[in-house]
Amino acid sequence: MSRRPSTFMLGGRTYSPAASLLLALPFLAMIVLAFLLPLGMLLHESLFVPSFNLANYEKVFDQAVYLRVMGRTLRISAFVTIITLLLAYPLAALMARTRGLLLAILLLAVLLPLWTSVLVRTYAWLVLLQRNGVLNDILFGLHIISAPTQFLRTEGAVVLAMSHVLLPFMVLPLYAALRAIPNDYVRAAQVLGAGSLSVFRHVVLPLSLPGTSSGCLMVFLLAIGFFVTPALIGGPQQMMLATLVQQQVTELLNWPFAGALVGVLLLFVLILVIAFNRVVRLDRFVGQV
Amino acid sequence: MRRTRPAASTLAVSAVAYAVTVFLLLPTILIVPMSFGPDQYLRFPPAGFTLHWYAVYFTDADWIGATLFSVKIAVLTAIAATLIGTLISVALVRGRLPLKRLFELLVVGPVIVPNIALAIAMFLVFDRLRLTGTTLGFVAAHTALAMPFVVFTILASLYRFDSDLERAALSCGANPLQAFLLVTLPQISPGIISAALFAFIISFDEPVISFFISNLDNRSLPRKMFEDIDYNISPTLAAVATMLTALTLLALVLGHLLKRRSNHP
Amino acid sequence: MLERTRTPVSGRHDCHVSIRNLHKAYGDVVAVKDVTIEVKPGEFLALLGPSGSGKTTLLMAVAGFDFPDSGRIEIGGQDVTWMPPHKRDLGMVFQRYTLFPHMSVLDNIAFPLRMRKVGRAAREERARAALATVQLEGYGDRTPAQLSGGQQQRVALARAIVYNPKVLLMDEPLSALDKKLREEMQVEIKHLQRELGISVIFVTHDQTEALTMADRIAVLNFGELQQVGAPKELYEHPASAFVAGFIGETNFWRARAKADATAGDETEVELDGGDTARVLATQAFRRDQAVQVAIRPEHVKLAPNASGMTAAIDDAIYAGSITTLLVKTKGPTLRVRLSTPDEAAATTPGGTLSLTWEARHARAYAVS
Repeated sequence: MSRRPSTFMLGGRTYSPAASLLLALPFLAMIVLAFLLPLGMLLHESLFVPSFNLANYEKVFDQAVYLRVMGRTLRISAFVTIITLLLAYPLAALMARTRGLLLAILLLAVLLPLWTSVLVRTYAWLVLLQRNGVLNDILFGLHIISAPTQFLRTEGAVVLAMSHVLLPFMVLPLYAALRAIPNDYVRAAQVLGAGSLSVFRHVVLPLSLPGTSSGCLMVFLLAIGFFVTPALIGGPQQMMLATLVQQQVTELLNWPFAGALVGVLLLFVLILVIAFNRVVRLDRFVGQV
Repeated sequence: MRRTRPAASTLAVSAVAYAVTVFLLLPTILIVPMSFGPDQYLRFPPAGFTLHWYAVYFTDADWIGATLFSVKIAVLTAIAATLIGTLISVALVRGRLPLKRLFELLVVGPVIVPNIALAIAMFLVFDRLRLTGTTLGFVAAHTALAMPFVVFTILASLYRFDSDLERAALSCGANPLQAFLLVTLPQISPGIISAALFAFIISFDEPVISFFISNLDNRSLPRKMFEDIDYNISPTLAAVATMLTALTLLALVLGHLLKRRSNHP
Repeated sequence: MLERTRTPVSGRHDCHVSIRNLHKAYGDVVAVKDVTIEVKPGEFLALLGPSGSGKTTLLMAVAGFDFPDSGRIEIGGQDVTWMPPHKRDLGMVFQRYTLFPHMSVLDNIAFPLRMRKVGRAAREERARAALATVQLEGYGDRTPAQLSGGQQQRVALARAIVYNPKVLLMDEPLSALDKKLREEMQVEIKHLQRELGISVIFVTHDQTEALTMADRIAVLNFGELQQVGAPKELYEHPASAFVAGFIGETNFWRARAKADATAGDETEVELDGGDTARVLATQAFRRDQAVQVAIRPEHVKLAPNASGMTAAIDDAIYAGSITTLLVKTKGPTLRVRLSTPDEAAATTPGGTLSLTWEARHARAYAVS
């Protein structure tokens, strides 16, 4: 044995490239069938049916009705991102300096909504906000309103419900970032004479920036493509990009135009991910868990 | 061991934090007592106590059919996603995978691409492949969706695993397969089980893709819920929502126990 | 495989390891540079070097966890360079204890026998015997987590020897233990090795450990083999300034050769600070070449008459049986070892003394 033999395992524990590919094969087959092929065909539909054209994409940007939907989508997503950031930061800060049972309870309070069906949470908001719902009862009881008010189908209701649904996605990365800041840094700054506001501005805030941007990216990405909550709470009156796509497909069967809308959505997502990737390094989700 | 009195600003932050916690939990928790109310429409506080809406759920063939279908899909998804996810994770950590960066991107892909995009893309393709409403279609779609979470979880336990243990097994004369099955697998099994749990919940709760690839014969529980929410807010939904929340709570506690076991073997 | 059946069971005369011209690079970093080492049957060889010296890479290549870029590894006369680790029939003990957490202590020790398809009854008997060898009778049913660090490492040792491997590889096995336990284990491992007559390759960065345990030490630095030899040889005749500095304590004093010299000559140099001294040339020098003089603290002699090389006592460090003086010279501050209390009593900080040494103890190395 004077030459290196071709082996399945290199050095006993590293799989050779051929063996690694073999292990990756089922994944590859699945991801082609359920990810690459469908997206590819949809984009093909928007660009090459019946032959290569950009008409569907021009239509997205030409007509005021579609521009309004896009504007609303971006506006709602921005509001939701800001609101969740403002709500999540204090909670994440509290969690970062808590231990034991209280931390377990707070974590549960974040994880339970995260893993509870979006439908259940959206349904809860529907019940709270409807004409004979809990919020109307309370406001009526307090004599703030004199007749039942319609909260559903308003932009405010959509923002409120979406903020609630997406809040855990902001809390978790913030919590991870704040938790990773060594307490010694804060103490060092205090010893050096920094007040609590200065400590926050000059130590905590800069060090939590990666978590902040990662949370904002996550929430904004999920918001611009969100379907369930806008569809049920906002209805056709507050149509967002995802609900527009659904309408084009299920009601009008306009695949090429739906494909173009998805293409625009993917473009937004791609730009955001590439722009943020320098800060967030989404690929690290895989490499460094 | 209180050394200093918390500053006013710290107290203010805590107060806001607790308010946010209440905001997070309250809407879902309010549904629970309402689901036991006797009225035809939901009200708070409920005017009495009844299990009527739970009985309606359990005797309605539509609800039970959708639930059983979802359970079947979720179990198959958990199995498929865990198998496929374990193999690709091992290839990513232990292998010299060509185009590794590309595979990493493909793993993350389904979290980055909005569900609506994936959903209508699948709607289009599955229609042509006659996969709409089929078990295979649902399982393939949900497996892709669960894959990032499954792979993150298994990768985490593979990284936590001391690879010298595998070397020790090899130096004891175990071949690579024996080393993996007898030493690595038992050590990462808590991670694999919680990955399976993740995959189950993701599939069982998945509303968007299910909305598009269901058909009249086969629809998942989330699709059935979507229809009911949209057309009539019956109190039966509150009963279903309560049960789903309880199920999630159970899964979370189970997952927490698994994680504790894998951290302190 | 044929090789093994021909090996007589009683003696392990041909069971030795030979590493020839081994070379391994990771990208631009050369981890091991053309290293050749022979391990004799029944010999305890320590691979000693600082971190990044290539000692672990070398061990991994012998174990089969990594393949070299070029070179050849033989065990018992058989070329194993490309053989997967599980077929090499080696025992290995790792830095961390690496006991399988989900198996009992006895199952851990029996694992190599299970892999060799030894029957259940024989397996248990041999595992219990191995457990007794490491003085842990009665611990077989515990889980590894229930044992202390030292006990875990003993179980790992038992697991590595239970199948009578040809060679035992040890990768810094004691570095996780505290000092007292480490010293106990050093003696214990040494005894066990003699008893079993097994060849051992032992990686360590601790020179005291290597001096205590090894029959021979191979010193590595930046992937290059510096010197192989018995502990005494390395201490008394270090082949390079690196070895002189790494093994034992040494004072270094920069100097300039006053005349041409060949290796082994006693020659004069001009020390930094202006004094002239006689030293041993370890290699050929030309006149005016820059050299480094290495002298052990116990070889520097102090005398009260202040002529020739003069020095002033800066500080005295008392450590029980020995006292170390820090003396200021015209060049560097030297450490001087006094081994008798009388000598120590005679010294007081501040006084000026003369300083001498025997030329053969002051080894001069060329500065590269």
